[in-house]
Amino acid sequence: MTPMLEVKDLHFNYGNTTILKGVSFDVNEGELCGLFGPNGCGKTTLFKCCLNFLKSHLGSIRMDGKDVKDLRVEDMAKIVAYVPQEHKPPFPYLAREVVLMGRTPRLNGFFGISREDKMKAAEALDLLGLTELADYPYNQLSGGQRQMILMARAIAQETPLMFLDEPTSALDFSNQIRIWRIMRMVAERGVTILACSHDPNHVSWFCDKVVVMKDNRILKEGTSQSVITEDTMDEIYQDVCSVRSIGGIRMVLPRDVALRQEMEGFGRWDQSRECMSRQQV
Amino acid sequence: MSDMIRKTSLWERLGFDIAYGYSEGRKVLILSALFVLLLITVGVAITFGAYSISIVDVYGIVLAHLSPFGDLSSVTKLHNTIVWELRIPRVLLAVAVGTALATAGAVFQGCFRNPLVEPYILGISSGAAFGAAMGIVFSSFFLSIQLSAFIFGSMAVAMAYFLARVRKETPIVTLILAGVIIGSIFSAMVSILKYIATDAALREIVFWLMGGFYYATWNDVHLLVPIIIPSFLIMWALGWKLNILSMGDDEARALGVNPEKYKFVLITLATLVTSLAVSTVGIIAWVGLMMPHATRMMLGPDHRYVIPASAMLGGSYLLVCDTMARTLTSAEIPVGIITSILGAPYLFYLLRTRGKAMLG
Repeated sequence: MTPMLEVKDLHFNYGNTTILKGVSFDVNEGELCGLFGPNGCGKTTLFKCCLNFLKSHLGSIRMDGKDVKDLRVEDMAKIVAYVPQEHKPPFPYLAREVVLMGRTPRLNGFFGISREDKMKAAEALDLLGLTELADYPYNQLSGGQRQMILMARAIAQETPLMFLDEPTSALDFSNQIRIWRIMRMVAERGVTILACSHDPNHVSWFCDKVVVMKDNRILKEGTSQSVITEDTMDEIYQDVCSVRSIGGIRMVLPRDVALRQEMEGFGRWDQSRECMSRQQV
Repeated sequence: MSDMIRKTSLWERLGFDIAYGYSEGRKVLILSALFVLLLITVGVAITFGAYSISIVDVYGIVLAHLSPFGDLSSVTKLHNTIVWELRIPRVLLAVAVGTALATAGAVFQGCFRNPLVEPYILGISSGAAFGAAMGIVFSSFFLSIQLSAFIFGSMAVAMAYFLARVRKETPIVTLILAGVIIGSIFSAMVSILKYIATDAALREIVFWLMGGFYYATWNDVHLLVPIIIPSFLIMWALGWKLNILSMGDDEARALGVNPEKYKFVLITLATLVTSLAVSTVGIIAWVGLMMPHATRMMLGPDHRYVIPASAMLGGSYLLVCDTMARTLTSAEIPVGIITSILGAPYLFYLLRTRGKAMLG
C-alpha cells in the first residue's frame, strides 16, 4: 500500500538559515499522526512545504501518490485540508459562512453554492456540536470556538488528508480532549490526519503514529508507545520529563512531580529537587 | 404548478438556493429594493435642474427618444437639449461612476483584507492627477486630458504592483506600502506642475482635482458604460472567491483559490474601472470607501451580495450628491465636496457604533 503522505529527504532554508535538513517520513491511510517537537524545530515550515505554501524546497513530497510540485492549487485543495494555527479574522463572516468556505474546491455554477454544499456545511457543524454557534460572527467568537469552526470547515472540505497546526493550542482542557476525540473519529472514517502538538500526553494517548522532530530533522518515528519514552523526552527537553505508567496508561510528567510522588506524598519539593540534582551529577 | 418546479430546478442548477439559515431570501430582497431605489433616484434626478422644466415635459422627451415612434416635433429645441443632451448623460455618468467606484472599493477592501481601504489606495488618484495636470499644463503635447489621466492612473497601480512583487508573490502589506510610495511620488510631481503652471492652468488643475460632472456628454457614457458593466459582472461572479481571498493568502491556497491569480484579475479590473472613472470626472472621495461599509451593515460581509449592493448604492449615492451639486446653489458645487460632507459624519457614526464589530 502506498502511504497517503510520503515525505522524502526534504530540505528547506530561509536565506542562509537552514530550517529542514533531510526530513523523511510517511503516514498511511486512515492514520492519525502526531508531529511533536520543541519550539522552533521546523514543524510549521514542514507543514508549509507539504501544503505547497513554500515552494523552493529540495526533496519530494507525495500526497495520495501525487507529487505536490505538479499539483495545481485547485487540485491540491481536493486532497488536503488545512486548519491554521492562528487566524486573524478580517470581516464579520458568520460561522456558517466560514464553514461553507470549506466547500470552495468543489463548487461550480454562477452563484456557486448548491443545497448539497450547505447540507455538508450544516452536517460538519452538527458533527462537532457547533450548530448553536452558526449564526454568530466568526470574528467575535473566542479563540477556541474559532478553532472548532475551522475544524468544521476542514471536515466540510471532505479531503482524504487533513493537516492541523496545533489544533488544541487555544482551547481549555475539555475542548482539547474534544478536538482529539473528533480527530480520532475523523481518522476512523478513513481520513489521514497530520496534527502537530506540544503536549506529549495528547500525542501518546490519541495518535496512531508519532513523528518527533528536533533540530530541523526527524528524531524518531513510530507508534506512540515506542516513541514517547523517557529517552526521547530527555533528548528533546533535557531532563525535564519522566514517563510513568499510571493504571496502565502512559503519562509524561514533569520530573520533579514524578519524583515527589515517589518520595511518598506531596509537599516534599526539597527532597525531589535534591534527588534531581544528584541525578544530574 | 409544473412551472414552479421548473423554476426552482433552474435556480438550483445555477447553484442558487435559499435554505439553511444563510438568509439569502432576505438578501435578494434587499438587492431588489436597492435596484428599485436606483431606478427611482434616476427617475427623480432627471426632473431636477437649474432650468425648470415640468415633469410631464421631461418624461415626454425621454419617451420620445426611447420609443421607436417618438415624436420630437412637439418639444421645444431648448428643452430637448437640456434634458437629452445635458441631464440624461450626466445622470447616467454619475450612476456609472458611482457603480465603478463602489465596486472597486468593495473589491480592494476584500483583496487587502482591510475595511478602510479606498479604490485610490494603490496610487490611482495621484497618478491620474499627474496625468491630468500634464495634460492641462502641456496641452500641446497631450491629445486629451482624459487619456493622459487614464494612462498615468493605471501606470501608477502597475508600478506599485510590480514594485511589490517578490519571488512571484505580492504580499498585501508590501503592495499597500508600494502604493503609498508611488502615490507620494506622483503627488510631489503634481505639486511641481502646479508650481510651474500659469494661473489659468492652476485653476483648472485645482478644479479637476475636486472632481465633477460638468462636462458630461453622451460620448463619456458610451465610453464608460460598455467597460464598466462587463467588469462589474466579472467581479460579481468572483464574489465568492473574494470571500476566500479575504481570509488570507495561505488559507485561500488551502481552499483551492490561487491568491496570486485572482488578486491579479480582481485588482486589474478594479483598477480599470476606477481609472476610467477618475480620468473622466476627477477624484471623487468617499464613495468607494463608504458604500461597501454601508452594504456590509445591511447584508453581512459575503461579497456575492456586497458587490452588487454597493454598486447600486454607490450609483444612487453619487447621483443624489451630483443632483445636489447642480441644484443647491445657482453656481455648481464640486461633487467631491458634497460626497465628503455627507459621507464623513456617516463613517464617523459607523466607527462609534459598530466600529468594533466591523473592524474586528
